[in-house]
Amino acid sequence: MKLATKIRLAAIVAFLVAVELLCRTALISRFTLIPPSEMATGLARILWAGKTNGEIATTLSGIAMAAACSIAVGFLLGAVLHSWPRARASLDPLLATYYSIPIFVFYPLFIVFFGMNRTPIVVIGFLFAVVAMMTNTLNGLDRVPRVLLKTARVLRLRRARTTLLIVLPSAAPHIFGGAKLAIAYSFVGVLGAEFILSSTGVGYQIAFAFNNFDNVQMYSLILFVVIVVATVNSALFAWERALLQRRGQW
Amino acid sequence: MDVQVALRDVTRSFDTVDGPKLHALGPLSLDLRKGEFFSVVGPSGCGKSTLLEIIAGLSPVTAGEVSFEGGAVRGEVPEGIGVVFQEDASFPWLSVRDNIAFGLRRRGMTTGDVRQRVDRALSLVGLRDFANAYPAQLSGGMRQRVCMARTLVLEPRLILLDEPFGALDQQTRLLMGDEVLALWRATGATVLLITHSLDEAALLSDRVGVMSARPGRFLDIIETNWPRERDSRLASEVDFGKVTSRLWLLLRDESMKSMGKAAPSTVSA
Repeated sequence: MKLATKIRLAAIVAFLVAVELLCRTALISRFTLIPPSEMATGLARILWAGKTNGEIATTLSGIAMAAACSIAVGFLLGAVLHSWPRARASLDPLLATYYSIPIFVFYPLFIVFFGMNRTPIVVIGFLFAVVAMMTNTLNGLDRVPRVLLKTARVLRLRRARTTLLIVLPSAAPHIFGGAKLAIAYSFVGVLGAEFILSSTGVGYQIAFAFNNFDNVQMYSLILFVVIVVATVNSALFAWERALLQRRGQW
Repeated sequence: MDVQVALRDVTRSFDTVDGPKLHALGPLSLDLRKGEFFSVVGPSGCGKSTLLEIIAGLSPVTAGEVSFEGGAVRGEVPEGIGVVFQEDASFPWLSVRDNIAFGLRRRGMTTGDVRQRVDRALSLVGLRDFANAYPAQLSGGMRQRVCMARTLVLEPRLILLDEPFGALDQQTRLLMGDEVLALWRATGATVLLITHSLDEAALLSDRVGVMSARPGRFLDIIETNWPRERDSRLASEVDFGKVTSRLWLLLRDESMKSMGKAAPSTVSA
């Protein structure tokens, strides 16, 4: 294990022990925070009982759908805009200010369009993520070195092969970065929408527990979300590192 | 001797954002003979690289005609031409072996044939021990050799080198020059080298074309009369000094012009 990893783990363990002690010695009230060990046992109990498994499946499938759609659509729109400079020039100001738009306020509109079901929640997750994927795709395609495109011409590659064999591998680190962001934003969008607007899903369960002063349920589900997000991000981080290490960019 | 590349009254102009067209090159004419080593020197911005891109079919001409082995060069790179650029053009996502095999695989060769030719190219450029390394793990000179091998493995009949040693130190440049000469003799291809180094041009070439400041035209084409079997030890010979002096005398005024200075009429002793 690397020294940096050891230090990181030690810092996390030290933080958890400190919080545990502060909670156990009542320096932090139980109404504010419960000890991490209780969060863990509470989460185990919830998962074992299986009552919220349906909610968890609903949330995770919504996130997966929002992430998959945003990655696919964001990549395609990024590629189209890259090859269509006029459209890009028109849309650039919109893309630059996109994240200043509070997407949640459009929920009523989405209900009108998509009905009272899970779709509006997934759409919010999608809208949170899609532009990050688009802009990263554009960045990646912009940064393909011109000399590689000239090399493709010297090797007499046609457009499709140039795209497949030169452009996409060259832009891959940026595209991958976009996918990583899209997944993170899908979590934020779907969980946030559930928390504020929905009556299903893990986000809603956390909000429900919060409104009913059920701290064990609330913190256990928050711990669940943190574990899932950390695991997914760690896996993506490791994959990205392997990809970049090979190129000497790590 | 057979003419492999012919340029007739070639000019190249570029559109500018809000001004008149920029006349970058020509009119110039040139015959490249089959199997010769021809270098082009000239002041910065005189259109050397543009000339190379025109011959390769990477850049169109504004006027004039270019032909390669009798066929007109228009819009695409003709089969039989290989180019090594000044910038690193190795594919960072592929190993050295896969970089070199890239063009061969596109030609639909069998795995065995690809392996055989790549092994030969790896030996030729001295990268046999680095076949499984990635470009990021190599020095700048080694990466240029990867690009050189990727070009040579396709057995081009015309090799265009656009300042391929520009980023290397003087000693490495001399040694790379020796390698290029050895490769040139081994392959029998015609080589056109664009360089800003007079020593490099004088050392490597059968003929050196000296270009004027923009718009670039050939001021003179100097025959070096070196034997085909030659290497960097030539630099210590008296005749080498004579060739470089001649090149410099031709280029000095042009270089000053390109820097916006008036050329002095006398040379102090």
